[in-house]
Amino acid sequence: MKRFSTLILLLALFVAGCAPAATPAPEPVTLNVFAAASLTDAFTEIGNNFQTANPNVTVTFNFAGSQALRTQIEEGAPADVFASASAKEMEALVAGSFVNAESSQIFLNNKLVVILPAANPAGIDSIEDLAISGIKIVLAAEEVPVGRYSREALDKMNGAYGSDFKDKVLANVVSNEDNVKQVAAKVQLGEADAGIVYTSDAVAAPELATIEIPTDINVVAQYPIAPVVESANMELAQAFIAYVLSNEGQAILQKWGFASP
Amino acid sequence: MLGLFLLPLLAVFIRSINPDFFGYAFSKQALDALKLSLVTSTITTVCAILFGTPLAYMLANWKIRYKSWIELLIDLPIVLPPSVAGLALLIAFGRRGLFGSYLNLVGVSLPFTTAAVVMAQMFVAAPLFIRSARVGFTNIDKQLEEAANVEGANRWQMFREVMLPLTSKTLLSGAVLAWTRALGEFGATILFAGNLQGVTQTMPMAIYLGFERNLGVALALTVMLTLASIVLLLSTRWLEKTNCD
Repeated sequence: MKRFSTLILLLALFVAGCAPAATPAPEPVTLNVFAAASLTDAFTEIGNNFQTANPNVTVTFNFAGSQALRTQIEEGAPADVFASASAKEMEALVAGSFVNAESSQIFLNNKLVVILPAANPAGIDSIEDLAISGIKIVLAAEEVPVGRYSREALDKMNGAYGSDFKDKVLANVVSNEDNVKQVAAKVQLGEADAGIVYTSDAVAAPELATIEIPTDINVVAQYPIAPVVESANMELAQAFIAYVLSNEGQAILQKWGFASP
Repeated sequence: MLGLFLLPLLAVFIRSINPDFFGYAFSKQALDALKLSLVTSTITTVCAILFGTPLAYMLANWKIRYKSWIELLIDLPIVLPPSVAGLALLIAFGRRGLFGSYLNLVGVSLPFTTAAVVMAQMFVAAPLFIRSARVGFTNIDKQLEEAANVEGANRWQMFREVMLPLTSKTLLSGAVLAWTRALGEFGATILFAGNLQGVTQTMPMAIYLGFERNLGVALALTVMLTLASIVLLLSTRWLEKTNCD
Protein backbone atom coordinates (compact mmCIF):
# COMPACT_ATOMS: atom_id res chain seq x y z
CA MET A 1 0.00 0.00 0.00
CA LYS A 2 2.79 2.32 0.87
CA ARG A 3 4.50 1.60 -2.39
CA PHE A 4 1.29 2.28 -4.24
CA SER A 5 0.82 5.69 -2.66
CA THR A 6 4.44 6.54 -3.40
CA LEU A 7 3.77 5.69 -7.01
CA ILE A 8 0.70 7.93 -7.05
CA LEU A 9 2.73 10.72 -5.50
CA LEU A 10 5.50 10.32 -8.05
CA LEU A 11 2.97 10.29 -10.86
CA ALA A 12 1.31 13.41 -9.50
CA LEU A 13 4.68 15.14 -9.26
CA PHE A 14 5.52 14.04 -12.76
CA VAL A 15 2.28 15.35 -14.20
CA ALA A 16 2.60 18.58 -12.22
CA GLY A 17 6.17 18.95 -13.37
CA CYS A 18 5.22 18.51 -16.97
CA ALA A 19 2.14 20.63 -17.23
CA PRO A 20 3.66 24.10 -17.06
CA ALA A 21 6.50 23.14 -19.38
CA ALA A 22 4.16 22.02 -22.18
CA THR A 23 3.85 25.23 -24.20
CA PRO A 24 1.35 24.85 -27.03
CA ALA A 25 3.44 23.68 -30.01
CA PRO A 26 2.52 25.49 -33.24
CA GLU A 27 0.17 23.49 -35.41
CA PRO A 28 2.06 21.59 -38.12
CA VAL A 29 1.20 23.08 -41.52
CA THR A 30 1.90 21.87 -45.04
CA LEU A 31 2.57 24.45 -47.73
CA ASN A 32 1.93 23.19 -51.26
CA VAL A 33 4.16 24.93 -53.76
CA PHE A 34 3.51 24.28 -57.46
CA ALA A 35 6.68 25.25 -59.31
CA ALA A 36 7.99 25.02 -62.88
CA ALA A 37 10.26 22.02 -63.50
CA SER A 38 13.24 24.30 -64.15
CA LEU A 39 13.04 25.47 -60.51
CA THR A 40 13.49 21.96 -59.09
CA ASP A 41 16.97 22.33 -57.59
CA ALA A 42 16.78 25.96 -56.50
CA PHE A 43 13.34 25.66 -54.90
CA THR A 44 14.25 22.43 -53.13
CA GLU A 45 17.06 24.34 -51.43
CA ILE A 46 14.84 27.35 -50.74
CA GLY A 47 12.19 25.01 -49.31
CA ASN A 48 14.71 23.37 -46.97
CA ASN A 49 15.85 26.76 -45.67
CA PHE A 50 12.27 27.90 -45.22
CA GLN A 51 11.49 24.75 -43.24
CA THR A 52 14.52 25.30 -41.01
CA ALA A 53 13.33 28.83 -40.26
CA ASN A 54 9.75 27.62 -39.66
CA PRO A 55 10.00 24.21 -37.95
CA ASN A 56 6.23 23.66 -37.91
CA VAL A 57 6.03 24.02 -41.70
CA THR A 58 6.45 21.26 -44.23
CA VAL A 59 6.95 22.56 -47.77
CA THR A 60 5.68 20.10 -50.37
CA PHE A 61 6.68 20.73 -53.97
CA ASN A 62 4.89 19.75 -57.13
CA PHE A 63 7.43 20.25 -59.94
CA ALA A 64 6.12 19.90 -63.51
CA GLY A 65 5.72 21.86 -66.71
CA SER A 66 4.06 25.22 -65.90
CA GLN A 67 1.12 24.50 -68.18
CA ALA A 68 0.45 21.14 -66.46
CA LEU A 69 0.52 22.89 -63.09
CA ARG A 70 -1.84 25.56 -64.38
CA THR A 71 -4.34 22.91 -65.54
CA GLN A 72 -4.05 21.12 -62.20
CA ILE A 73 -4.82 24.35 -60.33
CA GLU A 74 -7.75 25.06 -62.65
CA GLU A 75 -9.07 21.59 -61.92
CA GLY A 76 -8.93 22.21 -58.17
CA ALA A 77 -5.56 20.86 -57.04
CA PRO A 78 -4.70 22.17 -53.55
CA ALA A 79 -1.95 24.68 -54.34
CA ASP A 80 -0.83 27.50 -52.02
CA VAL A 81 1.86 29.06 -54.22
CA PHE A 82 2.32 28.96 -58.00
CA ALA A 83 5.72 29.75 -59.51
CA SER A 84 5.49 29.72 -63.29
CA ALA A 85 8.15 29.72 -66.01
CA SER A 86 5.99 31.95 -68.18
CA ALA A 87 3.70 34.92 -67.80
CA LYS A 88 1.15 33.21 -70.04
CA GLU A 89 0.21 30.52 -67.54
CA MET A 90 -0.03 33.06 -64.71
CA GLU A 91 -2.23 35.32 -66.85
CA ALA A 92 -4.53 32.39 -67.56
CA LEU A 93 -4.93 31.77 -63.83
CA VAL A 94 -5.56 35.49 -63.23
CA ALA A 95 -8.23 35.39 -65.94
CA GLY A 96 -9.86 32.43 -64.20
CA SER A 97 -9.73 34.21 -60.79
CA PHE A 98 -7.42 31.58 -59.34
CA VAL A 99 -4.79 34.26 -58.71
CA ASN A 100 -5.13 38.00 -57.97
CA ALA A 101 -3.46 40.07 -60.68
CA GLU A 102 -1.84 42.47 -58.16
CA SER A 103 -0.30 39.66 -56.10
CA SER A 104 1.73 38.27 -59.02
CA GLN A 105 5.39 39.32 -59.06
CA ILE A 106 8.33 38.60 -61.34
CA PHE A 107 10.98 36.88 -59.21
CA LEU A 108 13.67 35.91 -61.71
CA ASN A 109 14.96 35.99 -65.28
CA ASN A 110 16.24 32.99 -67.17
CA LYS A 111 18.06 32.82 -70.51
CA LEU A 112 18.39 30.06 -73.05
CA VAL A 113 21.58 28.14 -73.74
CA VAL A 114 22.55 25.36 -76.16
CA ILE A 115 23.68 22.19 -74.41
CA LEU A 116 25.77 19.32 -75.75
CA PRO A 117 26.89 16.02 -74.24
CA ALA A 118 30.34 16.46 -72.66
CA ALA A 119 31.87 14.17 -75.33
CA ASN A 120 30.20 16.19 -78.13
CA PRO A 121 29.95 13.25 -80.57
CA ALA A 122 28.54 15.39 -83.38
CA GLY A 123 31.39 17.92 -83.13
CA ILE A 124 29.14 20.95 -82.70
CA ASP A 125 31.19 24.13 -82.17
CA SER A 126 28.76 26.95 -82.82
CA ILE A 127 25.07 27.72 -82.92
CA GLU A 128 25.27 27.62 -86.71
CA ASP A 129 26.22 23.92 -86.52
CA LEU A 130 22.71 23.13 -85.22
CA ALA A 131 21.56 23.33 -88.84
CA ILE A 132 23.95 20.60 -90.04
CA SER A 133 21.70 17.95 -91.51
CA GLY A 134 21.55 14.64 -89.64
CA ILE A 135 22.43 15.70 -86.09
CA LYS A 136 19.94 14.83 -83.36
CA ILE A 137 18.38 17.74 -81.52
CA VAL A 138 15.97 17.51 -78.61
CA LEU A 139 13.78 20.47 -77.74
CA ALA A 140 11.02 20.99 -75.22
CA ALA A 141 7.59 20.69 -76.83
CA GLU A 142 6.02 23.87 -78.16
CA GLU A 143 3.37 23.63 -75.42
CA VAL A 144 6.03 24.09 -72.72
CA PRO A 145 7.30 27.66 -72.10
CA VAL A 146 10.96 26.79 -72.76
CA GLY A 147 9.90 25.09 -75.99
CA ARG A 148 8.08 28.22 -77.07
CA TYR A 149 11.06 30.42 -76.15
CA SER A 150 13.41 28.08 -78.03
CA ARG A 151 11.36 28.55 -81.18
CA GLU A 152 11.26 32.31 -80.62
CA ALA A 153 15.05 32.30 -80.34
CA LEU A 154 15.26 30.26 -83.57
CA ASP A 155 13.13 32.93 -85.25
CA LYS A 156 15.66 35.55 -84.15
CA MET A 157 18.51 33.31 -85.38
CA ASN A 158 16.93 33.33 -88.84
CA GLY A 159 18.03 36.95 -88.99
CA ALA A 160 21.60 36.05 -88.09
CA TYR A 161 22.15 32.78 -89.94
CA GLY A 162 19.79 32.88 -92.91
CA SER A 163 16.05 32.65 -93.34
CA ASP A 164 15.92 28.83 -93.52
CA PHE A 165 17.97 28.31 -90.35
CA LYS A 166 14.96 27.60 -88.13
CA ASP A 167 13.49 25.07 -90.58
CA LYS A 168 16.82 23.28 -90.85
CA VAL A 169 17.16 23.06 -87.08
CA LEU A 170 13.57 21.90 -86.62
CA ALA A 171 14.16 19.20 -89.24
CA ASN A 172 16.88 17.83 -86.94
CA VAL A 173 14.55 17.61 -83.94
CA VAL A 174 14.08 13.95 -82.97
CA SER A 175 11.89 14.54 -79.93
CA ASN A 176 9.75 17.26 -78.34
CA GLU A 177 10.10 16.49 -74.65
CA ASP A 178 7.34 17.30 -72.20
CA ASN A 179 9.57 19.25 -69.84
CA VAL A 180 12.95 20.95 -69.75
CA LYS A 181 14.55 18.42 -67.41
CA GLN A 182 13.86 15.67 -69.94
CA VAL A 183 15.74 17.69 -72.59
CA ALA A 184 18.78 17.99 -70.31
CA ALA A 185 18.58 14.29 -69.38
CA LYS A 186 18.44 13.09 -72.98
CA VAL A 187 21.45 15.22 -73.92
CA GLN A 188 23.33 14.22 -70.78
CA LEU A 189 22.78 10.54 -71.62
CA GLY A 190 24.22 11.24 -75.07
CA GLU A 191 21.01 10.16 -76.79
CA ALA A 192 20.78 13.57 -78.44
CA ASP A 193 23.61 15.66 -79.91
CA ALA A 194 22.24 18.99 -78.75
CA GLY A 195 19.34 20.62 -76.95
CA ILE A 196 18.14 24.04 -75.86
CA VAL A 197 17.42 24.61 -72.18
CA TYR A 198 17.55 27.42 -69.61
CA THR A 199 20.97 28.51 -68.30
CA SER A 200 19.80 27.22 -64.92
CA ASP A 201 19.35 23.68 -66.26
CA ALA A 202 22.87 23.72 -67.65
CA VAL A 203 24.17 24.76 -64.20
CA ALA A 204 22.19 21.96 -62.55
CA ALA A 205 23.77 19.34 -64.83
CA PRO A 206 27.47 20.25 -64.81
CA GLU A 207 28.64 17.39 -67.04
CA LEU A 208 27.10 19.13 -70.03
CA ALA A 209 29.02 21.30 -72.47
CA THR A 210 27.31 24.58 -73.35
CA ILE A 211 27.28 27.14 -76.16
CA GLU A 212 26.19 30.63 -75.11
CA ILE A 213 23.46 32.27 -77.17
CA PRO A 214 24.28 35.97 -77.76
CA THR A 215 21.83 38.37 -76.09
CA ASP A 216 20.46 39.81 -79.35
CA ILE A 217 19.23 36.38 -80.51
CA ASN A 218 18.40 35.03 -77.06
CA VAL A 219 15.05 35.03 -75.28
CA VAL A 220 14.76 36.02 -71.64
CA ALA A 221 12.05 34.23 -69.71
CA GLN A 222 10.48 36.09 -66.79
CA TYR A 223 9.14 33.91 -64.01
CA PRO A 224 6.12 35.16 -62.04
CA ILE A 225 5.16 33.87 -58.58
CA ALA A 226 1.86 34.36 -56.72
CA PRO A 227 -0.24 32.91 -53.91
CA VAL A 228 -3.29 30.96 -55.08
CA VAL A 229 -6.55 32.66 -54.05
CA GLU A 230 -8.06 29.55 -52.50
CA SER A 231 -5.00 28.78 -50.38
CA ALA A 232 -5.84 27.77 -46.82
CA ASN A 233 -2.49 29.18 -45.68
CA MET A 234 -2.43 32.60 -47.30
CA GLU A 235 -0.10 34.20 -44.72
CA LEU A 236 2.39 31.38 -44.98
CA ALA A 237 2.18 31.46 -48.77
CA GLN A 238 3.04 35.16 -48.69
CA ALA A 239 5.88 34.52 -46.24
CA PHE A 240 7.31 31.93 -48.62
CA ILE A 241 7.09 34.33 -51.57
CA ALA A 242 8.74 37.07 -49.47
CA TYR A 243 11.58 34.65 -48.74
CA VAL A 244 12.00 33.86 -52.45
CA LEU A 245 12.23 37.61 -53.17
CA SER A 246 14.58 38.29 -50.24
CA ASN A 247 18.35 38.65 -50.73
CA GLU A 248 18.85 35.19 -49.30
CA GLY A 249 16.31 33.63 -51.67
CA GLN A 250 17.71 35.50 -54.68
CA ALA A 251 21.24 34.38 -53.79
CA ILE A 252 20.13 30.75 -53.92
CA LEU A 253 18.43 31.34 -57.28
CA GLN A 254 21.61 32.94 -58.65
CA LYS A 255 23.66 30.01 -57.40
CA TRP A 256 21.50 27.77 -59.60
CA GLY A 257 22.01 29.89 -62.72
CA PHE A 258 19.06 32.27 -62.60
CA ALA A 259 19.32 36.08 -62.79
CA SER A 260 17.46 38.49 -60.51
CA PRO A 261 14.76 40.49 -62.28
CA MET B 1 -16.66 -0.14 -57.40
CA LEU B 2 -18.44 -0.01 -60.75
CA GLY B 3 -18.98 3.68 -60.14
CA LEU B 4 -15.24 4.16 -59.86
CA PHE B 5 -14.83 2.60 -63.30
CA LEU B 6 -17.79 4.32 -64.91
CA LEU B 7 -17.92 7.86 -63.49
CA PRO B 8 -14.53 9.13 -64.74
CA LEU B 9 -15.29 7.87 -68.26
CA LEU B 10 -18.74 9.43 -68.11
CA ALA B 11 -17.23 12.73 -66.95
CA VAL B 12 -14.77 12.75 -69.85
CA PHE B 13 -17.52 12.07 -72.38
CA ILE B 14 -19.75 14.79 -70.93
CA ARG B 15 -16.93 17.38 -70.69
CA SER B 16 -15.79 16.67 -74.25
CA ILE B 17 -19.18 17.51 -75.75
CA ASN B 18 -18.66 20.91 -77.34
CA PRO B 19 -18.73 22.37 -80.84
CA ASP B 20 -14.95 22.07 -81.22
CA PHE B 21 -14.91 18.33 -80.56
CA PHE B 22 -14.62 17.25 -84.18
CA GLY B 23 -12.04 19.91 -84.90
CA TYR B 24 -9.89 18.48 -82.11
CA ALA B 25 -10.68 14.86 -82.87
CA PHE B 26 -9.82 15.11 -86.56
CA SER B 27 -6.83 17.42 -86.23
CA LYS B 28 -3.67 16.13 -87.89
CA GLN B 29 -2.02 15.63 -84.53
CA ALA B 30 -4.86 13.46 -83.24
CA LEU B 31 -5.05 11.36 -86.42
CA ASP B 32 -1.26 10.93 -86.58
CA ALA B 33 -1.28 9.76 -82.98
CA LEU B 34 -4.19 7.39 -83.52
CA LYS B 35 -2.56 5.87 -86.59
CA LEU B 36 0.79 5.44 -84.89
CA SER B 37 -0.85 3.90 -81.82
CA LEU B 38 -2.83 1.40 -83.88
CA VAL B 39 0.14 0.44 -86.08
CA THR B 40 2.64 0.02 -83.24
CA SER B 41 0.28 -1.83 -80.92
CA THR B 42 -0.68 -4.19 -83.76
CA ILE B 43 2.97 -4.95 -84.52
CA THR B 44 3.59 -5.47 -80.82
CA THR B 45 0.67 -7.89 -80.52
CA VAL B 46 1.64 -9.86 -83.63
CA CYS B 47 5.23 -10.18 -82.37
CA ALA B 48 4.00 -11.18 -78.93
CA ILE B 49 1.89 -13.95 -80.48
CA LEU B 50 4.65 -15.14 -82.85
CA PHE B 51 7.38 -15.31 -80.24
CA GLY B 52 5.29 -15.66 -77.12
CA THR B 53 3.23 -18.70 -78.11
CA PRO B 54 6.18 -21.10 -78.54
CA LEU B 55 7.77 -19.72 -75.39
CA ALA B 56 4.59 -20.24 -73.38
CA TYR B 57 4.18 -23.73 -74.86
CA MET B 58 7.69 -24.72 -73.89
CA LEU B 59 7.28 -23.33 -70.39
CA ALA B 60 4.02 -25.24 -69.95
CA ASN B 61 5.09 -28.59 -71.38
CA TRP B 62 8.82 -29.01 -71.51
CA LYS B 63 11.22 -29.73 -68.71
CA ILE B 64 13.53 -26.73 -68.79
CA ARG B 65 16.31 -25.88 -66.38
CA TYR B 66 15.83 -22.71 -64.36
CA LYS B 67 12.19 -22.66 -65.49
CA SER B 68 10.94 -20.81 -62.42
CA TRP B 69 13.60 -18.14 -62.98
CA ILE B 70 12.52 -17.70 -66.59
CA GLU B 71 8.92 -17.40 -65.46
CA LEU B 72 9.92 -14.80 -62.89
CA LEU B 73 11.75 -12.87 -65.60
CA ILE B 74 8.63 -12.86 -67.78
CA ASP B 75 6.36 -11.80 -64.94
CA LEU B 76 8.63 -9.01 -63.80
CA PRO B 77 7.70 -6.42 -66.49
CA ILE B 78 4.04 -6.82 -65.47
CA VAL B 79 4.69 -5.52 -61.97
CA LEU B 80 7.47 -3.04 -62.76
CA PRO B 81 6.43 0.60 -63.19
CA PRO B 82 6.67 1.60 -66.88
CA SER B 83 9.10 4.38 -65.99
CA VAL B 84 11.54 1.73 -64.75
CA ALA B 85 11.07 -0.13 -68.03
CA GLY B 86 11.75 3.03 -70.03
CA LEU B 87 14.87 3.94 -68.11
CA ALA B 88 16.17 0.38 -68.30
CA LEU B 89 15.59 0.25 -72.05
CA LEU B 90 17.37 3.57 -72.49
CA ILE B 91 20.35 2.47 -70.39
CA ALA B 92 20.53 -0.83 -72.29
CA PHE B 93 19.71 0.15 -75.87
CA GLY B 94 20.37 3.90 -75.93
CA ARG B 95 23.10 5.29 -78.15
CA ARG B 96 25.59 5.10 -75.32
CA GLY B 97 23.80 2.23 -73.60
CA LEU B 98 25.34 -1.08 -72.57
CA PHE B 99 24.30 -2.82 -75.81
CA GLY B 100 23.12 0.21 -77.76
CA SER B 101 26.69 1.45 -78.14
CA TYR B 102 27.50 -1.66 -80.18
CA LEU B 103 24.36 -1.19 -82.25
CA ASN B 104 25.47 2.39 -82.79
CA LEU B 105 28.76 1.12 -84.24
CA VAL B 106 26.86 -0.64 -87.02
CA GLY B 107 24.74 2.45 -87.58
CA VAL B 108 21.63 1.43 -85.67
CA SER B 109 20.26 3.99 -83.24
CA LEU B 110 17.06 2.97 -81.50
CA PRO B 111 15.93 5.88 -79.28
CA PHE B 112 13.50 8.35 -80.86
CA THR B 113 12.40 5.84 -83.52
CA THR B 114 9.12 4.02 -84.08
CA ALA B 115 11.04 0.79 -83.40
CA ALA B 116 11.71 2.10 -79.90
CA VAL B 117 7.98 2.63 -79.41
CA VAL B 118 7.35 -1.01 -80.37
CA MET B 119 10.15 -2.22 -78.07
CA ALA B 120 8.74 -0.29 -75.13
CA GLN B 121 5.27 -1.66 -75.80
CA MET B 122 6.61 -5.18 -76.22
CA PHE B 123 8.49 -4.95 -72.95
CA VAL B 124 5.37 -4.12 -70.96
CA ALA B 125 2.67 -5.88 -72.98
CA ALA B 126 4.08 -9.19 -74.27
CA PRO B 127 4.36 -10.73 -70.76
CA LEU B 128 0.59 -10.41 -70.39
CA PHE B 129 0.11 -12.58 -73.47
CA ILE B 130 2.77 -15.13 -72.51
CA ARG B 131 1.27 -15.42 -69.06
CA SER B 132 -2.25 -16.25 -70.20
CA ALA B 133 -0.96 -18.53 -72.99
CA ARG B 134 1.10 -20.45 -70.43
CA VAL B 135 -1.93 -20.89 -68.19
CA GLY B 136 -3.94 -22.05 -71.21
CA PHE B 137 -1.37 -24.66 -72.20
CA THR B 138 -0.93 -25.89 -68.64
CA ASN B 139 -4.66 -26.45 -68.19
CA ILE B 140 -4.99 -28.90 -71.08
CA ASP B 141 -6.03 -32.35 -69.97
CA LYS B 142 -2.95 -34.60 -69.95
CA GLN B 143 -5.09 -37.56 -71.09
CA LEU B 144 -5.81 -35.78 -74.36
CA GLU B 145 -2.09 -35.43 -74.96
CA GLU B 146 -1.55 -39.08 -74.18
CA ALA B 147 -4.35 -40.04 -76.53
CA ALA B 148 -2.78 -37.98 -79.28
CA ASN B 149 0.54 -39.64 -78.52
CA VAL B 150 -1.00 -43.08 -78.84
CA GLU B 151 -2.46 -42.04 -82.17
CA GLY B 152 1.08 -41.29 -83.25
CA ALA B 153 0.99 -37.52 -83.36
CA ASN B 154 4.37 -35.83 -83.46
CA ARG B 155 5.15 -32.72 -81.48
CA TRP B 156 4.13 -30.28 -84.21
CA GLN B 157 0.86 -32.11 -84.89
CA MET B 158 0.15 -32.23 -81.19
CA PHE B 159 0.70 -28.48 -80.97
CA ARG B 160 -1.35 -27.65 -84.04
CA GLU B 161 -4.19 -30.13 -83.81
CA VAL B 162 -4.67 -30.44 -80.07
CA MET B 163 -3.14 -27.61 -78.17
CA LEU B 164 -3.98 -24.60 -80.37
CA PRO B 165 -7.70 -25.33 -80.82
CA LEU B 166 -8.12 -26.03 -77.12
CA THR B 167 -6.37 -22.85 -76.06
CA SER B 168 -7.58 -20.46 -78.75
CA LYS B 169 -9.80 -18.62 -76.31
CA THR B 170 -7.08 -18.07 -73.74
CA LEU B 171 -4.64 -17.03 -76.44
CA LEU B 172 -7.13 -14.58 -77.85
CA SER B 173 -7.91 -12.98 -74.51
CA GLY B 174 -4.19 -12.79 -73.77
CA ALA B 175 -3.64 -11.10 -77.12
CA VAL B 176 -6.36 -8.54 -76.42
CA LEU B 177 -4.89 -7.80 -73.01
CA ALA B 178 -1.48 -7.27 -74.57
CA TRP B 179 -2.97 -5.18 -77.37
CA THR B 180 -4.85 -2.82 -75.09
CA ARG B 181 -1.86 -2.55 -72.76
CA ALA B 182 0.34 -1.65 -75.73
CA LEU B 183 -2.24 0.87 -76.90
CA GLY B 184 -2.13 2.57 -73.51
CA GLU B 185 1.65 2.45 -73.03
CA PHE B 186 3.04 5.80 -71.94
CA GLY B 187 5.75 5.76 -69.29
CA ALA B 188 8.28 3.55 -71.02
CA THR B 189 7.64 5.18 -74.38
CA ILE B 190 8.21 8.78 -73.34
CA LEU B 191 11.50 7.86 -71.70
CA PHE B 192 12.85 5.55 -74.38
CA ALA B 193 11.25 6.78 -77.60
CA GLY B 194 10.66 10.46 -76.89
CA ASN B 195 7.84 12.45 -78.41
CA LEU B 196 7.67 13.45 -82.07
CA GLN B 197 4.43 13.76 -83.97
CA GLY B 198 3.97 10.98 -86.52
CA VAL B 199 7.11 9.11 -85.42
CA THR B 200 6.88 8.39 -81.70
CA GLN B 201 3.90 10.42 -80.48
CA THR B 202 1.27 7.82 -79.60
CA MET B 203 -2.24 8.58 -78.34
CA PRO B 204 -1.40 8.56 -74.62
CA MET B 205 1.52 10.93 -75.27
CA ALA B 206 -0.63 13.30 -77.32
CA ILE B 207 -3.19 13.22 -74.51
CA TYR B 208 -0.55 14.11 -71.94
CA LEU B 209 0.73 17.01 -74.02
CA GLY B 210 -2.82 18.05 -74.86
CA PHE B 211 -3.51 18.14 -71.14
CA GLU B 212 -0.71 20.66 -70.87
CA ARG B 213 -1.81 22.81 -73.78
CA ASN B 214 -5.51 22.55 -74.18
CA LEU B 215 -7.87 20.37 -72.22
CA GLY B 216 -10.23 20.20 -75.21
CA VAL B 217 -7.69 18.33 -77.35
CA ALA B 218 -6.84 15.98 -74.50
CA LEU B 219 -10.50 15.21 -73.88
CA ALA B 220 -11.23 14.58 -77.56
CA LEU B 221 -8.24 12.25 -77.77
CA THR B 222 -9.29 10.48 -74.59
CA VAL B 223 -12.72 9.84 -76.02
CA MET B 224 -11.18 8.51 -79.24
CA LEU B 225 -8.81 6.19 -77.38
CA THR B 226 -11.65 4.91 -75.19
CA LEU B 227 -13.80 4.27 -78.26
CA ALA B 228 -10.92 2.52 -80.04
CA SER B 229 -10.43 0.28 -77.00
CA ILE B 230 -14.14 -0.52 -76.82
CA VAL B 231 -14.20 -1.43 -80.52
CA LEU B 232 -11.15 -3.64 -79.98
CA LEU B 233 -12.75 -5.45 -77.05
CA LEU B 234 -16.07 -5.89 -78.87
CA SER B 235 -14.49 -7.22 -82.04
CA THR B 236 -12.52 -9.79 -80.07
CA ARG B 237 -15.63 -10.85 -78.25
CA TRP B 238 -17.29 -11.31 -81.63
CA LEU B 239 -14.26 -13.27 -82.87
CA GLU B 240 -14.38 -15.45 -79.78
CA LYS B 241 -18.02 -16.25 -80.45
CA THR B 242 -17.53 -17.19 -84.09
CA ASN B 243 -14.54 -19.30 -83.08
CA CYS B 244 -16.65 -21.37 -80.71
CA ASP B 245 -19.52 -21.98 -83.12
